[in-house]
Amino acid sequence: MPPSSSFTPARDPQIRAVQIRARNWGWRHAGRHNQAVSGLDLQIEPGERVLLLGASGAGKSTLVHALAGVLGDAEDGDETGSLLVDGRRAAEARGRVGLVLQDPDSQVVLARVGDDVAFGCENLAVPRAEIWPRVRRALAEVGLNLPLDHPTGGLSGGQKQRLALAGVLAMQPGLLLLDEPTANLDPGGVIDVRDAVVRSLDHSEATLVVIEHRVEVWQDVVDRVIVLDPAGGVLADGATREILSSQGERLAQAGVWVPALPPRFPTRHPISHRQALLSAEALAVGRVPFGRRTASVVAEGITLDVCAGTATVVTGPNGAGKSTLALTLAGLLAPAGGTLRASDSFAAGIKPAPHRWRSKQLLTRIGTVFQDPEHQFLAASVRDDLLIGPRALGLSVAEQNIRVDELMHRLRLDHLADANPFTLSGGEKRRMSVATVLATRPRLLVLDEPTFGQDSRTWQELVTFLAELLDEGTALVAVTHDAQFVSALADEEYRLGTPDPIRLPAGAL
Amino acid sequence: MSLLTPTIRPSVVARLNPVAKLAVALTVSCALLLSIDWVSAGVALLLEAVLLLWCGLSARQFWLRTAPVWIAAPMASITTILYGEDSGTLLWQFGFISVTEGSVQLGLAIGLRVLAIGLPGIVLLATTDPTDLADGLAQVLRLPSRFVLGGLAGLRLVGMFIEDWQSLTLARRARGVGDGGGVRGAARRFFGPAFSLLVISVRRGSKLATAMEARGFGSDEPRTWARPSRVGAADAVLVGIGFAIAGIAIGVAVSAEAWSFILA
Repeated sequence: MPPSSSFTPARDPQIRAVQIRARNWGWRHAGRHNQAVSGLDLQIEPGERVLLLGASGAGKSTLVHALAGVLGDAEDGDETGSLLVDGRRAAEARGRVGLVLQDPDSQVVLARVGDDVAFGCENLAVPRAEIWPRVRRALAEVGLNLPLDHPTGGLSGGQKQRLALAGVLAMQPGLLLLDEPTANLDPGGVIDVRDAVVRSLDHSEATLVVIEHRVEVWQDVVDRVIVLDPAGGVLADGATREILSSQGERLAQAGVWVPALPPRFPTRHPISHRQALLSAEALAVGRVPFGRRTASVVAEGITLDVCAGTATVVTGPNGAGKSTLALTLAGLLAPAGGTLRASDSFAAGIKPAPHRWRSKQLLTRIGTVFQDPEHQFLAASVRDDLLIGPRALGLSVAEQNIRVDELMHRLRLDHLADANPFTLSGGEKRRMSVATVLATRPRLLVLDEPTFGQDSRTWQELVTFLAELLDEGTALVAVTHDAQFVSALADEEYRLGTPDPIRLPAGAL
Repeated sequence: MSLLTPTIRPSVVARLNPVAKLAVALTVSCALLLSIDWVSAGVALLLEAVLLLWCGLSARQFWLRTAPVWIAAPMASITTILYGEDSGTLLWQFGFISVTEGSVQLGLAIGLRVLAIGLPGIVLLATTDPTDLADGLAQVLRLPSRFVLGGLAGLRLVGMFIEDWQSLTLARRARGVGDGGGVRGAARRFFGPAFSLLVISVRRGSKLATAMEARGFGSDEPRTWARPSRVGAADAVLVGIGFAIAGIAIGVAVSAEAWSFILA
């Protein structure tokens, strides 16, 4: 099929852009009642660059997986209508389509950079002599200037995503599919990946379909936006600017980050007098590596106070030791040097060093929300999991139930009481992980990247909720890359990884 | 430096095809498993000791990696001497324990065997990159690529276990169930995260499988190999050495009338 005349023809004569056609297409995952996608009619011309939007559950990922031919067969679900890639069934268009997924860690296949990029070419039976030139070209296109035998294990999230992109580009696909490729990356990584995609499209002119909540990142790259309707079919389809202005309100409500409609910042009611709960002096933080006895220090010389009703955010580049600092302040890791002391009123009769507190003594003092919510789930249902903290405190059954019911209501988890925490959506998991910690009403809340990968709706709810807690007097320490989160909540910012870690009031930024 | 990209010093052994190394380890093991006498195991161990000088491992690496074998061998030996099948002159007795000429010989034979089989296996694998081994298994031995590459990719997930485990134990402390409860509490603290780890790993594995499938893996079409795995003269020499060790060990044992074929 020749590329349509309205688009510049492919510069690389080997790569033909792909055309996509859906006719009344639908898919229902095996074992589910509801259709993931239904009644979809759609045509995407070769070389078009499309941003695919829709509320969570609208079937964006299902469509993209189907186009990549990885949805499976009749055993995995029921297909209706037709979905054609260049006139063939998507599953038969092997090698014409490349897919990059969200999670950087589960896309690296092999142990060395060059081998990993070559993997797709090998599977498509590209002759050996041709593979290595393709690998070098793909790595150059995504801007990964690493030796071919560089280990893939130590790469950052952004580098891993560019590696995955290079692996796909080396297959020279006519259709590039990106399923939230930057959702789990820090701001620098997001830009690196976006630019790598743009550069590669300059070389191949392949068709592009990208799913991403953060419209801002892609709006200048794509020329068409398609919004899927959770009820089936297409809700809106057209030029980027047109759709964002006509559908902006609706998309924002569905959790899409529409640049013209940023989330509202909550009004804070700061408390007047500073009451320090924790004081760090010349604190050094580090973890004890597997099989070693002493910690390897990642950050040192940290002096700060954590105060009631005050939000302290910890920022800085990857690897600066932000998470390690958070876990140390949370009493989970022992300080590698210096001192960390709880005030008398905060310790309330026990030793001043938080890492020496017993697990149960932490519950009413410090609550920690981990970066990956799954790490802190303990029980088989949401309700049972929330009850663990109050039960460990020895509260009466009536009191346990009151607290848990109130929290589930406040964080919109009521309808999920019996669901397994592992089966929740990303936003639900985050709300749940916050709820598990709050059930024991700790006076200090430590959060590691609480807004990572969240849609705008969950973001708004979370920030509003945290502002309420602050107003009630809870102290907050949050590690974050999210500039909006800092603007919305931070009273103090502690920046790590600069030659001299500085502490400054948030207003001074 | 990690499980999948070990730092391997350039050496003669490191350049050999992993399949040839595997063949040597298997040949020596099979030959030594045919009999339980101390002569064949001792001869094999002696010949191997000479060759280990060229293995390319530093002394520290050598002792660290082979430590399990050095612990296992004397244990197996002593246990057999004390409790093994008795024959010949009784040397010492204490209650149920009896040490005889026969059990001492048997113990010695088993201890030497553990060393003679374990040492070359560990040393040869310590000088092998897992990716090269997978290439060799698939290209030289023609094992199914789906199986070989699937296993190799899965191996990468093992490294993430340790990180996940650390986060899971910290999270349990944060949630108030990190200590106390005596033995039952300790058991819960082990099996609880173990189950979470299983769930997390299975999900990560299935995501990895999708990513691999999206890159064209798992079809029945033929595939090419970016890294050739060749077998050359040096590999033939290595396999020859393996057969020679096995042959000499058996030959010396038979001529010393110590050979006792296990199936006889």
